[in-house]
Amino acid sequence: MEAAAVQSSSANGRPPDAPHRAGLVQRLVSGVARQVTRRIPAADLDERDPDYIRESLPGTWLLASLYFRGEVRGLGNIPENGPVLLVGNHSGGNVTPDTGVFTLAFTAYFGVERPFYQLAHNLVLSLPGLGFLRKYGTVAASPSNAQKALEAGAALLVYPGGDFEVHRPVWERHKVDFDGRKGFIRLALQQDVPIVPVVSVGGQETALFLSRGETIAKLLALDKLFRLKVLPISVAPPWGLNVGDFLGHLPLPAKITVEALPAIHLREEFGPDPDTGEIYDHITRVMQETLDALAAERRFPVIG
Amino acid sequence: MRAVRRCEIHAPPALVWEWIGDPARYLHFMSGITRWEVVSERPTGLGARYRTLMRVRSAEVGGLVEVVEWRRPTDLAWTSVTGVDQRGRWRVRERGRARTEVELRISGGVAGSGVLGWLAERIAQPTIEDHLERSLQQLKRQVEHEQLRSRAAARRRARAA
Repeated sequence: MEAAAVQSSSANGRPPDAPHRAGLVQRLVSGVARQVTRRIPAADLDERDPDYIRESLPGTWLLASLYFRGEVRGLGNIPENGPVLLVGNHSGGNVTPDTGVFTLAFTAYFGVERPFYQLAHNLVLSLPGLGFLRKYGTVAASPSNAQKALEAGAALLVYPGGDFEVHRPVWERHKVDFDGRKGFIRLALQQDVPIVPVVSVGGQETALFLSRGETIAKLLALDKLFRLKVLPISVAPPWGLNVGDFLGHLPLPAKITVEALPAIHLREEFGPDPDTGEIYDHITRVMQETLDALAAERRFPVIG
Repeated sequence: MRAVRRCEIHAPPALVWEWIGDPARYLHFMSGITRWEVVSERPTGLGARYRTLMRVRSAEVGGLVEVVEWRRPTDLAWTSVTGVDQRGRWRVRERGRARTEVELRISGGVAGSGVLGWLAERIAQPTIEDHLERSLQQLKRQVEHEQLRSRAAARRRARAA
């Protein structure tokens, strides 16, 4: 009967039927995915440009100081030299002010000369107009890029929660949620580098995040095409209702506070053959405790 | 950006120099300074190097500085080797008996940062001037207090003798 309906529809010269449309959409999305994949730059650590970072420090400082009233504590907890894995909780949707505030503080504190890289989602690096991020040391998130950076003796900032955590609804803004991802622990063990947890608060108040839209993302197969587990829905200027946040948004001027915690030397604290589950529980617990303390300091949303 | 502040201290220049020539004391009287760490073999004198940081709103700004002028007890100047471009100078001048005028200057910026750099310097200037003012007041209080303490100790020793 369905086949008959299809024949009838085609014969009448009406618009293509549902299965045909689905195939068309699938081909279109696959085409876009191929384009995006092609645009992802190969990781080249040499693209980081210390002079560019130094020259742009005043602009970043203005934004961090005046707009976000940024405050970064505990930078003294980060080892002075050598490779280190900085593990942060991710906030702010596709515009992540806490990353900007922390990057400014790190480069001002240790000097632009210290190699510092950040892992970012493929989509971020392939968007037009964001090429400058590579000069800051932002590379596509992948185990091989992370290894390259650490083997080069750099400090590496990762957000294990990634797109899942960064688009959490606003009522979960004071929650560390890595979605059970433990790759960062395996990386730290493999490279034998300390982990410094970096906890931030305020980023998830820069827009009204309503839903991750996981079901829609699954229906559209965004995970297979773009490594996206979510299709976030938020209310944010200048769009109003913002689905996907692909073009970013104008963040509200929420006060951002970031705290770097004491370094965790995994094998010293958890033995020569540590259990990644135990380490994961420990790290997320200390980060959640710190986030609770930072959240308790805030009296009002956005204002801080 | 250029910030200058001065004050008069009721103590001889040599005593003031004991404070400003000693990097170990900077964290005790310099306002906004979160690090003043010796990184050279010699802790003081021409060529001594320090890692310095000053909190200016959302960031601790600084870098590696080197002492480029050391004339005891009148002038101490440093300039940045890495980090934000900066120069600093202590000028210590005798003004009558046991009176010293102390001037602290800091100038700096980021070459090539354009209009945003100019704007950032203007906005940061009041914070830096405030740090200099507080630093001088704390230096004055500590030097004069130290002088009173040593005089009292001398009187006690004289009485005991």
